[in-house]
Amino acid sequence: MGFTSSNQHHLLSKIATNDRHGENSPYFDGWKAYDSDPFSPTHNPHGVIQMGLAENLLCFDLIQDWIKKNPKASICSREGVDGFKDIAIFQDYHGLPDFRKAVAKFMGRVRGGRVTFNPDRIVMSGGATGANEVIAFCLADPGDAFLVPTPYYPAFDRDLGWRAGVQLVPVACDSSNDFKITEAALEAAYEQAQDANIKVKGLLITNPSNPLGTIFDRETLRSLVSFINKKNIHLICDEIYTATVFSEPNFVSIAEIIEEDMECNRDLIHIVYSLSKDMGLPGFRVGIVYSYNDAVVNCGRKMSSFGLVSTQTQHLIASMLLDDEFVERFVAESAKRLAIRHKAFTMGLLQVRISCLKSNAGLFCWMNLRRLLNESTVEAELALWRLIIDEVKLNVSPGSSFHCSEPGWFRVCFANMDDDTMEVAIRRIQTFVQRKEAVLVAGN
Amino acid sequence: MAIEIEEPSAGLSRVAVSETHGEDSPYFAGWKAYDEDPYDESKNPSGVIQMGLAENQVSFDLLEEYLEQHSEAANWGNGISGFRENALFQDYHGLKSFRKAMASFMEQIRGGRAKFDPDRVVLTAGATAANELLTFILADPGDALLVPTPYYPGFDRDLRWRTGVKIVPVHCNSSNNFQITPQALEAAYNRAEAMNIKVRGLLITNPSNPLGAAIDRPVLEEILNFITQKNIHLVSDEIYSGSVFSSSEFVSIAEILEAQNYKNSERVHIVYSLSKDLGLPGFRVGTIYSYNDKVVTTARRMSSFSLVSSQTQHLLASMLSDTKFTENYIKTNRERLRKRYESIIEGLRNAGIECLKGNAGLFCWMNLSPLLENPTREGELTLWNSILHEVKLNISPGSSCHCSEPGWFRVCFANMNQQTLEVALKRIHDFMEQTKIKKNLL
Repeated sequence: MGFTSSNQHHLLSKIATNDRHGENSPYFDGWKAYDSDPFSPTHNPHGVIQMGLAENLLCFDLIQDWIKKNPKASICSREGVDGFKDIAIFQDYHGLPDFRKAVAKFMGRVRGGRVTFNPDRIVMSGGATGANEVIAFCLADPGDAFLVPTPYYPAFDRDLGWRAGVQLVPVACDSSNDFKITEAALEAAYEQAQDANIKVKGLLITNPSNPLGTIFDRETLRSLVSFINKKNIHLICDEIYTATVFSEPNFVSIAEIIEEDMECNRDLIHIVYSLSKDMGLPGFRVGIVYSYNDAVVNCGRKMSSFGLVSTQTQHLIASMLLDDEFVERFVAESAKRLAIRHKAFTMGLLQVRISCLKSNAGLFCWMNLRRLLNESTVEAELALWRLIIDEVKLNVSPGSSFHCSEPGWFRVCFANMDDDTMEVAIRRIQTFVQRKEAVLVAGN
Repeated sequence: MAIEIEEPSAGLSRVAVSETHGEDSPYFAGWKAYDEDPYDESKNPSGVIQMGLAENQVSFDLLEEYLEQHSEAANWGNGISGFRENALFQDYHGLKSFRKAMASFMEQIRGGRAKFDPDRVVLTAGATAANELLTFILADPGDALLVPTPYYPGFDRDLRWRTGVKIVPVHCNSSNNFQITPQALEAAYNRAEAMNIKVRGLLITNPSNPLGAAIDRPVLEEILNFITQKNIHLVSDEIYSGSVFSSSEFVSIAEILEAQNYKNSERVHIVYSLSKDLGLPGFRVGTIYSYNDKVVTTARRMSSFSLVSSQTQHLLASMLSDTKFTENYIKTNRERLRKRYESIIEGLRNAGIECLKGNAGLFCWMNLSPLLENPTREGELTLWNSILHEVKLNISPGSSCHCSEPGWFRVCFANMNQQTLEVALKRIHDFMEQTKIKKNLL
């Protein structure tokens, strides 16, 4: 049943017909290549290996084990069915009390118990995707802007811009100081926006960073808090990768900063969280808006009607995250396995003198292939990227899709595959680099 | 927590400080009264009985029985390792098995009189998300959707709050049982034009909330003519389609389109959800079914903000593809709702109260206009207040549904057991007796 009509285009809204859904970017081309030729060790050993998807598969055995041992957590099992009716009817946008309690507890636990979170500030959303959009709707009018340090997660443009109409003003960061955000860069970006008559309503940071895998140090966070207080703009901290910190230094959450003796207007501070990365449960759509601003909590909660978490899932998650022993073990084991995976991957790259940005978090590395570029341009980067997809058969993400101002960097995910596949991926990269370097040398 | 609007630092958005979320309406005030003093058969027999919540609790035993026999744990597929694939699945196309099951369930509800293509099923977290999403796709800020009155109060928020789209009411009244007429449609459209507002579509709820009645076939055909002639969209919210007491009395817009070979169907979109028919509002399962390819693609992309939990998709895929179960469920659920409806109508009639003749839904549309001291909105709210605080029943005043005629109230009957319903009917009966006595004494 194909239904088309010549005057279709006029029938739909501007939002429906513009490009702000973002799917025409190269970020998605790699996925298409993977989808049409996916690697499988047995069925398709020469297929494309997916290294463009920041998923965390390393600790599923722990979760599966827990589920087997706790059938009551599923209200759809014989053991849990007594609770079925009350859970299935419950559509209060405050969420199940145990769910809020459990999530608040977990958020504290993954910050090493250094801060506590108030269950009454926990607001649900359709994943972090939904959370970021709700924040945009609450804090900004269409046409307003958020400052965002580059490189940043490509989908922010869609999440904040598509329906909420918020534009992103990049704050340029580069490798000269390991992509750290500087006050000078912030001021420059802010002024640029002012000059263009763009109203800046907030600063959005992802900490730990996607795609860098680095964490913000205490000093930087404090300077950001000063900056936003001075300019009277909001600070939104997407802390979705909190529990993926796998080695020192310790993660410092914005929650800790504002608890410290600091001059800060709490009404400006908002945290976005989710279980998609830390627990590897993206399908369950558990997004959280945690704001220190009562009006935002209130408003965000009303908006959560558009993206509530299924109570079936709320119930399961509540049971799981209130199991202290499980959470302890999971968080520790997850960090351990990520550390091992990260080390194996970075060491494998170092063998062909490919370095990654020094990182201690995330499900990916920020790989430096600058010396393989013919010239330092986005075109050259994309050409190299095409080569990697087509010949090396790896889907990695080009830095330009993250709005990185320096060509030649690539985000490579390593937590979404098993050890053997990772070995294959490393070998392919090693082979490719050796060949490419031979060509470059011959060319000189 | 009251929102302070003086001058919040850095300020919030216009959307955030507006009142379009609608929670200051009486519709919600009644809920608060209930929350503070909820009826309980044993613990609080004089508490407020909640009759303002359109929930379906009459068929839970069927669901529970199914679940006991088809435990989720055993159902992950490949033992427990299917859990992993499911937990990772975040593709906005949704589980194919679930889409197939939804399409088949929607067909069964319509007695097989319309076919649904699983590839046109777009999943959203509830009909709340579906209606908002469609509005974002079909209209620009400042544009309008026509909505026949009386309508579900939540539309004020769902269609307008974050989208910036307006609602222009299509006035219906009791002179013809609140049916939608071409004249009313034209009048509403012209009113919008006169205000320089661009109408992008018409949203109907069929069966209607709050009327509790299915829209007749000739009316649907007139509606289709109207939207085709004006070149606007039609959204048919069929969330109560499974609660029609008798299958033959419901005509879905899908049937009419199929009968005319889908001519001009690219303007038509159906919204559905499992919150009412299956009584699972907590699970947030909504769907948009569009006959327009571009709308399907765009809606699918936009659903990223409100996907259905893959855990829930998986469970319901199993349940809804069990056609033996669904056939029995649909039939039994209808029957029980019909019985419940008949008992409340009879009870009200014995108390001297008439309702609109209904044939669907989880509520009846009760006429208390003879009791109004003043035939105005204020008069209606005064009466509503007495019913809430003296009779201790939370029912929904017609004005909160934007009814143009004062004195009508929506009364839900499927969110309680039979005994509670009888307590409610007794209270109404006593209230009517007292009212008669008071009137005679004046």
